Amino acid sequence: MRDRRVVRGTDRAQEFEAFVAGAAGRLLLAATLLTAEAPDANPRARRLLTLALGHTYARWHRLRGEDPYDCARQYLAVRFARTIWHRHRFPGRARPEPRGPLAGLNPQERLVLVLRMYEGVAEEQTAALLGLTAERVHTVCDRATSLVLHPVGAAGPRPVNAEVAPS
Amino acid sequence: MNRAEREAAVRRVMGARPVPVPPELYPDAVRRGQRLLRRGRLVRRVLWALVCVAAVVFGVWAAYAHPWVEPPSRTTPPVDGW
Repeated sequence: MRDRRVVRGTDRAQEFEAFVAGAAGRLLLAATLLTAEAPDANPRARRLLTLALGHTYARWHRLRGEDPYDCARQYLAVRFARTIWHRHRFPGRARPEPRGPLAGLNPQERLVLVLRMYEGVAEEQTAALLGLTAERVHTVCDRATSLVLHPVGAAGPRPVNAEVAPS
Repeated sequence: MNRAEREAAVRRVMGARPVPVPPELYPDAVRRGQRLLRRGRLVRRVLWALVCVAAVVFGVWAAYAHPWVEPPSRTTPPVDGW
């Protein structure tokens, strides 16, 4: 029993190390985009990713064919969504000034944009993961896209591009 | 600018600057994962122990109380004196 556990443990360690070596860079960039931190000063993103990878490690033998990358990404997204909600409830815990390419967006827009555009998750899956409707995801994603591409001052009415394109 | 071009542009903006992966990320993640596993094992053990204790307690109680025996009737008055 103990032998088997040890063998499984070393298996897990090797596979997991290979997985982290391959996926950590991409996931850390995604996390840094989510938290809107500078690429070289991103403690929140690192913590988020450490939690997500730890969760994936613990589930390694129960993934049953599921992609570990999906598992880590899903945990990352859900965990980040929860921090948005907490910040709404406890407004006293202010975050540092957002930076990075997605600094002009609010957390939900960042989350949707990263999942849809950077990670390429389907609209329906994103909607199911975040508990939104697919139409809502579509709208938020379009708004976030135009905000990133035309970062005019956040205040004042912006000409929202007529982007209700037929899909 | 059509939709595909805009999406490509946003992808470029987001992936523009690579983020260096800190070397302590992997050991931290492993430590956290091992802690989660240990905690899960402990919780499972405690729950199993509780189930076993409950089963033993029920067995002892059943052996003493005989809950399957019909209790003596209390509504019929005792018949005596005939």
